[in-house]
Amino acid sequence: MFTNLAALRRYRGLIQTLVARDLKARYRGSVLGFFWSFINPLMLLVVYTFVFTVVMPTQHPVDIRPYALFFFCGILPWTWFSSSLSESANVLISGGNLIKKVLFPAEVLPIVSVLANMMHFFLGLPILVAFLIYYQRPLDPTELLWFPVIVLVQFIFTTGLALLLAALTVHFRDIKDILGNLLTLWFFSTPIIYSMQMAPEHYRWVLNINPMTHLAISYQEVLFHIGPHGHWKWLMALLGGSVLVFLAGYFVFDRLRDSFAEEV
Amino acid sequence: MTNAIDVVNVSKVYRRYARKKQFATLKSALLKGSLIRDLQPDETFPALRGVTFSVPKGCTYGIIGRNGSGKSTLLKCVAGITKPNEGTVKVNGRISALIELGAGFHPEISGRENVFINGIMLGLTKREIHRRFDEIVEFAELKDFIDAPVKTYSSGMYMRLGFAVAIHVDPEVLLIDEVLAVGDQSFTAKCLDKFAEFRRRNRTIMLVTHSLDLVEKFCDLALWLEKGKTLAEGEPKRVVASYLLDVGNAEEAEIAKTEVTKAAQVARDNAAGISNTAGQPSDVVNTPANMFQATEGRWGSREVEITEVTLHGPDGQVSHVFQSGDGMEVRVKTRVHVATNDFVFGVGLFNADGICCYGTNTNIEELQPDEISGEGMIGFQIANLDLVEGTYKIDVAAHKLDGYPYDYHRLLHTFRVKSRTKDVGIYRPRHRWNFTSNIRFKTP
Repeated sequence: MFTNLAALRRYRGLIQTLVARDLKARYRGSVLGFFWSFINPLMLLVVYTFVFTVVMPTQHPVDIRPYALFFFCGILPWTWFSSSLSESANVLISGGNLIKKVLFPAEVLPIVSVLANMMHFFLGLPILVAFLIYYQRPLDPTELLWFPVIVLVQFIFTTGLALLLAALTVHFRDIKDILGNLLTLWFFSTPIIYSMQMAPEHYRWVLNINPMTHLAISYQEVLFHIGPHGHWKWLMALLGGSVLVFLAGYFVFDRLRDSFAEEV
Repeated sequence: MTNAIDVVNVSKVYRRYARKKQFATLKSALLKGSLIRDLQPDETFPALRGVTFSVPKGCTYGIIGRNGSGKSTLLKCVAGITKPNEGTVKVNGRISALIELGAGFHPEISGRENVFINGIMLGLTKREIHRRFDEIVEFAELKDFIDAPVKTYSSGMYMRLGFAVAIHVDPEVLLIDEVLAVGDQSFTAKCLDKFAEFRRRNRTIMLVTHSLDLVEKFCDLALWLEKGKTLAEGEPKRVVASYLLDVGNAEEAEIAKTEVTKAAQVARDNAAGISNTAGQPSDVVNTPANMFQATEGRWGSREVEITEVTLHGPDGQVSHVFQSGDGMEVRVKTRVHVATNDFVFGVGLFNADGICCYGTNTNIEELQPDEISGEGMIGFQIANLDLVEGTYKIDVAAHKLDGYPYDYHRLLHTFRVKSRTKDVGIYRPRHRWNFTSNIRFKTP
């Protein structure tokens, strides 16, 4: 398992190229091209604004105003996470031709989808910066140092789950269908459109065992809330947990590896 | 000399799952608690059984065998795409497998970008591809289209580009799975040139193919795989010859099988004929309007009955496959229900298109019938079956001098003529070429 993991370094070039291909191919043929990376979260914002002002008017508490900014802090990383997972679940099957005909480590494919979505996440950040400037929010540079750490934790966690899902979907195709619903549930169990404080007290434990909660809160603390990053202990714990998730995911993937060429 | 490929006792078992279980879902697996059990295969299919061989460095190694004999599985095992269940595969040097051309192409992006991605997948670095890019495009004959998206390519262009990239990876060990059927004649020639260049540079090639000519011309060694086992290995000419012999035998068995069912049919007809003891022409109604129309069938009154028709080779054994130029004997067994002095026996040869290659009978050859009674046998000997390769059918008939049919077997008996010469037509006259001394051919 670890030798395979080490051998993966040789495929850096391939991963790089495939990520680039993915980004190029995704919006090829669409008029707005990669602007969709900005537009998609904007449209989501419009949807939720409509829901919370017209359909069921809600008074947002003071601590999550301006709401647009708060929303973006959560939705951008969430999009990275959820798209990575739903793509990974499919990636070995759609890339079946490659696995059967070309010699290369299959884990490259889910890792590429996580990385490609990470690039989209980065491409979406300017919109967040634009809102920060618009609302004249001060950013603490020392707090910003935490940002790469949060991204790293999320990357490790997402990749672990992506590997696990990719490997299992080869044998259980219905994961693809279940996953969409699970991700919706997961989305609403993560403080993205609401804040942790808005959640009923006796349900907070549910949110607390959700790793994405701590990632979302970390992003919000660093980019949105003024004041020191108070959530770093949770983040560090999550880093440890993510490494375990990654190892478990990679372990399952490695065990099932030989069956891919026959099953896809 | 070191070996480029060492395959030791390799076995590969494919698992087959029952249809129902293949679509079993995670949910049902969890609900029934049968997750582990459902993952167990119902049936296994051995694709390779203890294959051992080694390919010396610089050798061109051909693998032949029927469809489903495990050739491609073997290639995939050597390439490392699938793992053998038993045994070891060792490959020395950079390996590139041409299993499917253009396997990694993304339809939306340009040929240029795909060359880079495909090249990297096959193990090249970006710089190496940059260096070889023009050569690749030149080879693929796609200069004008290289910046168009691959989805706009014709299948030939797609294959050519895939082949061009794969061949320019310049591996030390090249695995090829039946991919030479790419593009037109000139492109195929170019591919063969490229292989020749590979050989000159002492690269190792392992080739899976149905083209026996290619194996004989290009390979230094050959292996014949049958049902996952090695049947022969060594000098290509010898391996190909024994493979061809076996293919002939299989065809023989195939024809024999259909002949058996036909014999059963004839036997049933005989029984019907016997029950019709009044000697009434039972099947006369079935007589086709046009006697030269090549439709299979049997008809006649059966007063003189043909009970069995067998074909015999030069060794006297019953056979259905003959080498062109060999001798053949048609043996016809007869049984006479009403003794008569009015009878003619005839034999006709037809090719697969229904064209009569030869026909004769005892009347044409001026044999005067005297008497026939009881059971007898007729032998029709052909000294040399000078026909080109193909499937032929035989007519056998017994009738009166005026054509009234006793028993007519039209196209009921099949045989095959095999030949290593790919000449055309129907008849191969015995021939030789003579040249004056200023016309010379290379001696093989």
